[in-house]
Amino acid sequence: MSEQQFYHALKVDKDLCFGCTHCMNVCPTDAIRIKDGIASIRKNWCVDCGECMKACPVDAFYVEQDDFEKIFDFKYRVAILPSVFIGQFSKHIQECEIMDVMKELGFTHVIPAEATSGIINEAMLEEQKTDREKPMISAFCPSIVRLIQVRFPGLVNNIIPIKPPIDSTALFYRSLLQEEGKKAEEIGVFYVTPCASKIATVKSPVGDEASYVDGVINMDFLYNKVFHVLKTRGEAIDTCDEAVPYLSAKGLNWSLTNGEASNMSGRCLAIDEIHNVISFLEKVENDEIQNVDFLELRACDQSCAGGVLLTENRFLTVERIKTRAERINASGKYVQNISEAHKQLIKGKINVGEIAPRSMMVLDEDMGIALKKMARVRRMMCYLPGIDCGACGAPNCESLAKDIVRKEANLSNCVFLQRMMEKTKKLDPQHSIRIIEKTWGKDRLSKDCKKKGAKDEANK
Amino acid sequence: MEFSYDVEGGNFAKAGNAASSVKKVLKQLNVDPKVIKRIVVALYEGEVNVVAHAYKGKVLVDIDTDRIYIKIEDEGPGIPDIDLAMQVGYSTASAMVREMGFGAGMGLPNMKRNADKINISSKVGEGTIVELTTNLSS
Repeated sequence: MSEQQFYHALKVDKDLCFGCTHCMNVCPTDAIRIKDGIASIRKNWCVDCGECMKACPVDAFYVEQDDFEKIFDFKYRVAILPSVFIGQFSKHIQECEIMDVMKELGFTHVIPAEATSGIINEAMLEEQKTDREKPMISAFCPSIVRLIQVRFPGLVNNIIPIKPPIDSTALFYRSLLQEEGKKAEEIGVFYVTPCASKIATVKSPVGDEASYVDGVINMDFLYNKVFHVLKTRGEAIDTCDEAVPYLSAKGLNWSLTNGEASNMSGRCLAIDEIHNVISFLEKVENDEIQNVDFLELRACDQSCAGGVLLTENRFLTVERIKTRAERINASGKYVQNISEAHKQLIKGKINVGEIAPRSMMVLDEDMGIALKKMARVRRMMCYLPGIDCGACGAPNCESLAKDIVRKEANLSNCVFLQRMMEKTKKLDPQHSIRIIEKTWGKDRLSKDCKKKGAKDEANK
Repeated sequence: MEFSYDVEGGNFAKAGNAASSVKKVLKQLNVDPKVIKRIVVALYEGEVNVVAHAYKGKVLVDIDTDRIYIKIEDEGPGIPDIDLAMQVGYSTASAMVREMGFGAGMGLPNMKRNADKINISSKVGEGTIVELTTNLSS
């Protein structure tokens, strides 16, 4: 269970964070604690879903990305662009216009991330014929894979071990360009990511020797750049040629809710938003869900259209992608141009490798000791107030009790127990102030009119 | 360590609450996921039986490092012929219960299949006690 293995792109800006607990309360894996007045993420517990970033009122969370200038280290600069990027633009902007602006910005090739979704789909359908446990679960969303590893370790064998299209697409175009005579070291492949979790797979691919992607660019950053160019250039230039559609209708829809489920066989369900997924997986684990063959599970509401790095409203994005897909379908012009040899190359490298369980719920590896720790947790729960206020810096009373048996906190972290301890003279009031300052930072209780809701809050 | 849960007769929305709670406990105790699954499936079936057939019931779970013991005790009509009730496909469930997707006659057989030891005692007109034991190999 080495920490090195799990790269996380989600970071906390220590200057912006003021420890407001919003993130701590929404985290679906209870991975956040407040220390010294700022949020800290437990790396092994975090599944990169981005709920914390969505909940943060002061934008203190950010997704670490590569410097855009890094693309110019390469002669051939390939952007792997997910369809949700296109979906953020109104239907009056053609796909080819967006591609042209991307090229003006410095890319030499712009490739749809879902270009290989047809091959992925074929491989997944093949897997459905195996005797893997049902319901089989797609490995499309990396947050879901991690969620299953840490919270539903009994379901890891239900995951279809096939990589999402980005890896295959990167591999495919890399080899295509090399076949054109371009040198491997001259090709830089950059993934435009809609969320934090996709970056994690690119930076720490499970079981794979090296990633086919050289860098990651946040989608919001690129959206601003492209939108700026389109807004300021005037309306006259409208001459790009869209003879062949950019991507198949299936590819455009692939990352949306039901994008996969509608193309799989048997009884298929698509569930989006991480809390919905958790409550459904609880039922799957209890065997309450019978006769379901395939589950498409996505961490974000509206799937990738709801990614934390998207700028446009997710419902509009979905609607726009669907409209574009219908137009492409109606035109009948899209041609899949992946050769048989490339198909074989992709299929040979499509497996994600072993997805091992790594439960973060276990109190101790040794069941005897775990039982003793649980008995202590249950005893402590009798004393803790049970109102889950978060004033101890942990998301709820149970988390605090577990942190205590893990020796990461003390009962006196609870502000209610502090009062009781002061009453029975077990704790000096000065000491309890020091405890609070340790959790919430110095001066947290001092007067400050720039606090949220106070008279000068805007001057922060 | 002991845990106990009340089960409300007729309320299918809450059937499975005890199973989910026991599952959460066993996960924290580092019990093998395969063993957890067997226990949870057996307990869920037991809960559904109480909800479908009895007026009210109680689940008692006792966890030890070498075995997990579950007692499901209900106040209800009881089972007149236990051997018959153990047969796959046999059910006395009402049409309404069947319509909800339960009552396939798999409950007790499933419980037997997923436990190492099962003991059923019942008094007609009073209630039923089902005891399940799962051994843990460490």
